[in-house]
Amino acid sequence: MKLLVSLLLTLCVSLAWASEAASPKLDIGKGGQCVEDTQWMRKNHMHLLKHARDDALRRGIRDEKHSLKACIECHASTKDDSVTARADSFCVGCHKYEAVKLDCFECHSGTRKSAWLQQRNAK
Amino acid sequence: MSDMDMNRRNFLKTSVGAAAVAIAPGMMLYSVAQGKSEGASSKVRWGMLIDTNQCKPGCNDCVTACNNENGLSSETKSTDSQWIRKIEIKDISSGREISLPMMCQHCEHPPCVDVCPTNASMKRADGIVLVDKHLCIGCRYCMMACPYKARSFVHEPLHDQNPDVPRGKGTVESCTLCVHRIDVGGKPACSEACPNKAIVFGDLNDENSEIAQKVRSVASVQVRADLRLNPGVRYQGL
Repeated sequence: MKLLVSLLLTLCVSLAWASEAASPKLDIGKGGQCVEDTQWMRKNHMHLLKHARDDALRRGIRDEKHSLKACIECHASTKDDSVTARADSFCVGCHKYEAVKLDCFECHSGTRKSAWLQQRNAK
Repeated sequence: MSDMDMNRRNFLKTSVGAAAVAIAPGMMLYSVAQGKSEGASSKVRWGMLIDTNQCKPGCNDCVTACNNENGLSSETKSTDSQWIRKIEIKDISSGREISLPMMCQHCEHPPCVDVCPTNASMKRADGIVLVDKHLCIGCRYCMMACPYKARSFVHEPLHDQNPDVPRGKGTVESCTLCVHRIDVGGKPACSEACPNKAIVFGDLNDENSEIAQKVRSVASVQVRADLRLNPGVRYQGL
């Protein structure tokens, strides 16, 4: 019995360690309480964004909670105010790891709006 | 069967009522904080009335404000986007010169929307004509269809866009009536920037709005009214 428990324990620990080591290290910015559960967001954030984009643009319903700007406001790096600037930036880190092309920021700004406004006013 | 329908109807009634009660306080707070959570309404018709008598020849403030607000390059190379431009015209027989800004006229029946093969070119319920760049394939049919030459194509990759105004290579764009400002209760940058207040912005459907009162009391025309597109932008003194 003792043997079984210790075996299970080592398995669990090593598994946890392995998954931790394999996942990309992200600069999550301010982070904190997200609009949904973290694991759920990892899987479904694109559906939220797509829904929000159609509502916002075509129907004028600007649901700030699920907007791309709101994502960036929290998750842009506290160092460079961006979700795309570096290899470990919030969006780029995972998308690189998963080899999924990230199209949003060809048009959308990846910079935190408050920081962008500050920059523009300083010019 | 009808019994079942009644039950279903009653159930829906009560559940909708309960949902409204549950949602209402949140909605109230939300609309105060964020401007409009209910979206664009067809009861509203946004428009502009431009007084050409007040528009000074040589003044470019509206164009500059638009470029700043929307992150346009403010250059006039052949491939650069231009959402608003100044036009100076002269009546040869009388010699009278007029200066006016020309931009997307936000038609009620926009030809750009008619020709779009992907439904990217669209009119919002409140009359603002936009390009859904998520769907735009850059075919530029709308640019050819527009009688006002209001649309531009983005030829080069762009960087450092305004977070409120996404723009990108390979899509068509035009005046959005500063929709990002309107949705939070503001008015277009050009209207705000005009030193002579020549551009009046407002809701044409609201009888008490400044623009509706002015449209009622002074003579104004739509450019190319013969096309019956019913533009939301009107000109005074043309």
